[in-house]
Amino acid sequence: MPSRGPNEGEKGVAHLPLTRRTMLGAGAALGLAAATGGRARAATPLTVGFIYVGPKDDYGYNQAHAQAAKALKGMGGIEITEEERVPETNAVEKTMESMINLDGATLLFPTSFGYYSPYLLNEARKNPKIQFRHCGGLWTEKDPPNAGSYFGYIAQGQYLNGIVAAHASKSKKIGFVAAKPIPQVLNNVNAFLLGARSVDPSITCQVIFTGEWSLAVKEAEATNALVDGGADVITCHVDSPKVVVETAARRGAFVCGYHVDQSPLAPQKYLTGAEWNWLPIYKDAIAAMQAGKVPEHFVRGGLADGYVKMSPYGPGVSDGARRNADAVKAEMLKGGYEIIKGPLKDNAGKEVMPAGKAYPEKAPELESTNYLVEGVKGSV
Amino acid sequence: MSDDLGLWSVPLAILGGAIRVSTPFLFVSLGETITERSGRINLGLEGTLVFGAMSAYATAVLTASPWAGVAVAGLAGGAFGLLHGYICKFPRVNDVAIGIALMLFGTGLAFFFGKPFIQPPAPPLPAIPFGAWSDLPQVQAALRVNVLFLVGAALSVALWWGFRNTKAGLVLRVVGDSADAARALGYDVDRVRLVATALGGVLAGIGGSYLSLYYPGSWNEGISSGQGLMAVALVIFARWNPLACFGAALLFGGAGALGPALQSVGISQGYYLFYAAPYVLTLALLVATSSPDRVLAGAPGELSLSK
Repeated sequence: MPSRGPNEGEKGVAHLPLTRRTMLGAGAALGLAAATGGRARAATPLTVGFIYVGPKDDYGYNQAHAQAAKALKGMGGIEITEEERVPETNAVEKTMESMINLDGATLLFPTSFGYYSPYLLNEARKNPKIQFRHCGGLWTEKDPPNAGSYFGYIAQGQYLNGIVAAHASKSKKIGFVAAKPIPQVLNNVNAFLLGARSVDPSITCQVIFTGEWSLAVKEAEATNALVDGGADVITCHVDSPKVVVETAARRGAFVCGYHVDQSPLAPQKYLTGAEWNWLPIYKDAIAAMQAGKVPEHFVRGGLADGYVKMSPYGPGVSDGARRNADAVKAEMLKGGYEIIKGPLKDNAGKEVMPAGKAYPEKAPELESTNYLVEGVKGSV
Repeated sequence: MSDDLGLWSVPLAILGGAIRVSTPFLFVSLGETITERSGRINLGLEGTLVFGAMSAYATAVLTASPWAGVAVAGLAGGAFGLLHGYICKFPRVNDVAIGIALMLFGTGLAFFFGKPFIQPPAPPLPAIPFGAWSDLPQVQAALRVNVLFLVGAALSVALWWGFRNTKAGLVLRVVGDSADAARALGYDVDRVRLVATALGGVLAGIGGSYLSLYYPGSWNEGISSGQGLMAVALVIFARWNPLACFGAALLFGGAGALGPALQSVGISQGYYLFYAAPYVLTLALLVATSSPDRVLAGAPGELSLSK
């Protein structure tokens, strides 16, 4: 894309002094090591690279990661290097290489789903001593051992969103603006509806796919189409929910947030929201590196692990809704909560889960969801 | 409240979408029509649109006045137009290449200066509720018309009339059709083109202010998603006729609403195809109206396209 140009220029200039600083740091560490006979690991700062697909202040996915990265900057013994607006093309390979070779990064967090295959895998094979941890949950045992994945069960947050939405909805129709029909998005859509149906089994959820992670005009059109179709509570899974939240609020619909707290954008209409908290995952990985160990390859968790949290309730949430959502949240905090529970059919009438069976939050099957449950209007 | 309109909601959504989405297309394509009628192509209007969106939003945040934002966006757009017009004055400078350079420059500059303005909210431009007579919220929403849309509609009629009936319009067309003839008549070709490109930039900047201050109504780096480029192509589709630009902008706006609207009534298979509808439509119309016997009807003779 055209926007790539200026970024690349900026990077070339911005990274040179960093390199020099890193070199000096390494030199000082060597000197220290010679003087004290060891302890080099503690003295050399660990350089951690974060790569974002969009701007890091997008009120969304990238901001959630960037907030965690910012919080890390206060910790001693590490240096953070970041690059934003890196497309899901071989541009991300160049970024990873420059972080490794110029900045001396030894732990990389390429945060966008589409970075993984083949770009991250290529770099992981090329740089076996560098640790790559990818957000999105694609790593398997067959992949390089210096790669890994982490993700949060934010569908739990969407389930709670659904409960609050069901209490607020008068039309009994709720709407979901979705980017692409990948498992993580479908889990969120399903959870949003199932949460709402746990309150009122007659509720339906219309989903509209925009086809891209960030497409402002289409997201606004999709929100308008949902409200025109009668939906009075809207949530979304796109990279930057700002447009959806603002458009829905302007049309008088309630909104449930996603990724980060969007309540400042619609203080009256914001009910609650499902937010990420990546900080514990990053802290654990960094602590492992500093202790000379390999960070976990497969990290998953939800509310119970602190990887997902909820926005504070807005003024549109009734006391009954609060009690209901808080009770379910307390159950979720115990761990192992089952959202996908039999008997359950998809919206084409096919059984996806027989009675008596269920997927707890950590079930690996949830990472290959390819259906929308009964009650969701739309198709994959 | 009768909320369920069934299939009727699709034409209504297309109408609403046409009104909501078309304004940036309209302003950019009218601006480009003025520029191309003078014999130059300014491909940089995508950059001007994005910069206009950013500068309008930033100004509205800082001054709390959306109209000041529109004015600043117009001025900034004019400056980009002047730059393009000035550089293209020199011999053997390619206007297409300069346009692409300015497109990258404009978006890059907008992202650079726009960083601090992604989060703060700005006051939006006002809209006129033409749908107040209806009880249906869908109709009311579809007929909320922004003032800039009406300005654009009036402007397309004015330009259509002005190209034919005013001296300025005639001079512009002479310069665009034959620079030699214009020079023989004593007109300064470069100056006419400079003014035409600057005017085109002003309109594109205002189109950008609509994006950030009304619909979708916020500033972020993906706000335009290529609408400026599409609008430039739309000029060829509209055969350099301002009235046709208006129609084409409505068509593109409406077609953009088709995909979400169809999904909302349950026609959800193959939405990627519906999203491609505007482009398929353009292709079909261009094929249907092209002829092997002549160059594009209405194309200014000096345009590098028709040379």
